[in-house]
Amino acid sequence: MNRHAHQVVQHIPRLRRYARALLKDAERAEDLLQETLARALGRLGLWRHGSDMRAWLFTIMHNQYVNECRRAQKRPDALSLEADGVLEACATSRADQHIDVQDIAAGLMLLPEDQRAVLLLVSLEGLTYRQTAKVLGIKTGTVMSRLHRARERLRTWCNDTRQTGVARIRSVK
Amino acid sequence: MNDAVTPIADHELHAYVDGELDEQRRVEVEAWLAAHPSAAERVRDYQMLRDRLHERFDPLLTEPVEVPTGPPARYAHAFARAAAISALVLVSGALGWTLKGWTHRASPALEIADLVQPAAFAHQVYSTDTRYPVEIPAVDQALLNRWVSLRMHTELRAPDLSTQALTFVGGRLLPSTDRMAAQFMYEDGEGQRLTVYVRRIGRQDGFTGLQYREEDGLHVFYWIDRAMGYAVIGEQPASRLIAVANAVHAAMQTTRNRQ
Repeated sequence: MNRHAHQVVQHIPRLRRYARALLKDAERAEDLLQETLARALGRLGLWRHGSDMRAWLFTIMHNQYVNECRRAQKRPDALSLEADGVLEACATSRADQHIDVQDIAAGLMLLPEDQRAVLLLVSLEGLTYRQTAKVLGIKTGTVMSRLHRARERLRTWCNDTRQTGVARIRSVK
Repeated sequence: MNDAVTPIADHELHAYVDGELDEQRRVEVEAWLAAHPSAAERVRDYQMLRDRLHERFDPLLTEPVEVPTGPPARYAHAFARAAAISALVLVSGALGWTLKGWTHRASPALEIADLVQPAAFAHQVYSTDTRYPVEIPAVDQALLNRWVSLRMHTELRAPDLSTQALTFVGGRLLPSTDRMAAQFMYEDGEGQRLTVYVRRIGRQDGFTGLQYREEDGLHVFYWIDRAMGYAVIGEQPASRLIAVANAVHAAMQTTRNRQ
């Protein structure tokens, strides 16, 4: 294997971590990872040498995720790409389900997908705001506002679960 | 504490947590936080969230990187592609094949238009033809080799893939986008066919490693070696096709080195 393919392989653990945090379903996350790798290796020639490979890979993964969501619009996560109103409905309906109050992953799932992606890229994957904006194809300002909303919502969730032991959703906008 | 500093906006608290502030502003924010406990608490919460995310998901980093063993039924299609590429990563190293960069590559778009797509199309047209799958059958292999070599202006032989448990069916000469192409057809033990497609493409020094693309549900493994493009096309498992691609590559090298 040449060194670029090697580089891709080196990023697999982090791509997997992100996919697993983004998608609750581990099997879907693994599919997303594999699809991303297939695309990345198939397009290795399109990767601009010297540019940030990790950001490039996350971009491919994000695009792949969006495509997949469009394909399978019945799945709840796909809804989160739609208007915010739908997102709220989606999040609220999930709130009725049993939620493990100890598990931050459960809290993540209460976030709209676009906020979740921003939070994970910044807080978990350590991408800069600029890199995150590029990966998601949005403005840096949008990264910052989504990050704020995501953190505030999760913070509220954490405090609520800490106090009451029950996950409640507060309408934090 | 210096109240003369510009007031700290929400987004700056995040930027502070995420290390996005320059040194001077960072110091200012820290000073400001010392005097504003509720904001400081928010910052601690944000940091706590980050820690919890790492705590929760970092263990995944140590999971082994390997090919899944079985396809989840509802993603069988996706899995086929995934397996193809995982296998490619794992097997290519083992077989001495290389996934090269594209320093000397023709444009990928060209490879796809001139090599991958015609190869896949020719595969679909002829491998499914029960009556005339080939123009020149295996018994006339010597004739076939001479014919395609003559028309393509290069020494070309149908590779012997018997080591891959493949029987040679025969081959044909084909018009490709702007050049002639040769198609060699093989059958496995179950009667499933795969084809090898060869044509002239790109620059004289063009070279790529093994590439992969799915085209109309077919696996296409292809590469370019000194202005010749090669493709192995089939519906067989990708790991099998990679082994075949390696054998074809080796056979083609041998033929060329004899020239």
